[in-house]
Amino acid sequence: MTKKIMTANRAVSEAVKLANPQVIPVYPITPQTSISEYLAQFVADGDIDGEYIKMESEHSAISAALGACGTGVRVFTATASQGLLLMHEILYAVSGMRMPIVMANANRSISAPLSIWNDQQDSIGQRDSGWLQTYAENGQEALDSILMAYKISENDKVLLPSMVCLDGFILTHTVEPVEIPSQELVDSFLPKYEPKHANLDPLNPMSLGTFTDPDHYMDTRHQLEEAVENSVEVIEQVNKEFKEVFGREYGFVEEYRCEDAEIVLITMGSLCSTIRSCVDDMRANGEKVGLLKVRVYRPFPKEQIAKALKNVKKVAILDKNVSFGLGGGALYNEIKAKIDVEAYNFIVGLGERDITEAHIQEVVNKTKNPEKDINWIGLNK
Amino acid sequence: MDSIGGIVNIPGSTRNNKTGSWRTFKPLLDKDKCVDCDNCIMFCPEGSINKDHDIDYDYCKGCGICDVECPVKAIKMERE
Repeated sequence: MTKKIMTANRAVSEAVKLANPQVIPVYPITPQTSISEYLAQFVADGDIDGEYIKMESEHSAISAALGACGTGVRVFTATASQGLLLMHEILYAVSGMRMPIVMANANRSISAPLSIWNDQQDSIGQRDSGWLQTYAENGQEALDSILMAYKISENDKVLLPSMVCLDGFILTHTVEPVEIPSQELVDSFLPKYEPKHANLDPLNPMSLGTFTDPDHYMDTRHQLEEAVENSVEVIEQVNKEFKEVFGREYGFVEEYRCEDAEIVLITMGSLCSTIRSCVDDMRANGEKVGLLKVRVYRPFPKEQIAKALKNVKKVAILDKNVSFGLGGGALYNEIKAKIDVEAYNFIVGLGERDITEAHIQEVVNKTKNPEKDINWIGLNK
Repeated sequence: MDSIGGIVNIPGSTRNNKTGSWRTFKPLLDKDKCVDCDNCIMFCPEGSINKDHDIDYDYCKGCGICDVECPVKAIKMERE
């Protein structure tokens, strides 16, 4: 195995090369653009034995991905922000038709005002679409998550699309060492996609995305919910197999110094690295704090989070998104709804407002001596 | 529905899907009263009444147009 210095966008592209999808329809958008460029290069050089389709919009890109996946081949696409929003309509069709497409989303804020910088409002806005979602902390995890996503999505018990989310710029444009596994190892982990349910073929005709009347629609949606529930055990199994083959261990959540912690900070994505470092510093100063990283967001790991928080008194949940009108971020509200714990919410880093160590200390202080449930950190006064 | 995601994997199998379940009221024809005017056949928007005035309940939506158009009140709408 070789370790190379690269951005998370490059790491995602390397993973896609190893998974070798047969169709890649993409439309470039900041900060995803370099993924579409690397993949174009890989296909042009013959490193990926597949079709690269230059699309005219993200709505078209995901539609082409859906059609291609319906012919029974492995498909990849990638987007960000407004592009993901333009895909919104088709995202539901993809999960409804049970197409195991894997897509990378370079998390970027949503207009207006226009901003190209990072937050997670774009993918959080798609949380009810039936796509599985994971949030990567670093480039290595982004690469590994793509490989695991194919294996999970293509499992007969699941057959759902996966969205691998990586923080725009913070990950997509920052270089770090990433280990690229060998093709042999990946092939031993990830078998060829052989669909039984959807395989458009003129000799054996079938119809996808048909009209359904009230006698059938609801049961089909229930089947979709069951598939999301089934994905829990498949993800557990794939995590285990991944560790056996590649040696790296991933869970639904990751606990960092949570044992005996009085306050646990919970968040998703690259912010976990910042908090990890802050936890070490605060622990050195005698503060009993820990980090709970939520890696798999859909299916929502309520049992895993509850288990991790079993002996925890207070939690601080950091959201890079807002559920306008409900108040607070999505992760906070979902944890509050599912888990009985004293929780405070901190809205941080919208449009890539810097999140400093001082901000994390402020979060801990405000959790110790709470004044209100929902707090925006780092606003200009 | 056995297929996954509403996928129709047996060509032509849509015929197996009956659409009469939409009905709230069911038309019942009293053939003794019927004068064979065929108004119901012509007005039925679903083509669910054949030339012998048999009503195909697999597809009848219960709209009641046959009842309204029948000149001799031979059709009664009954709640399902």
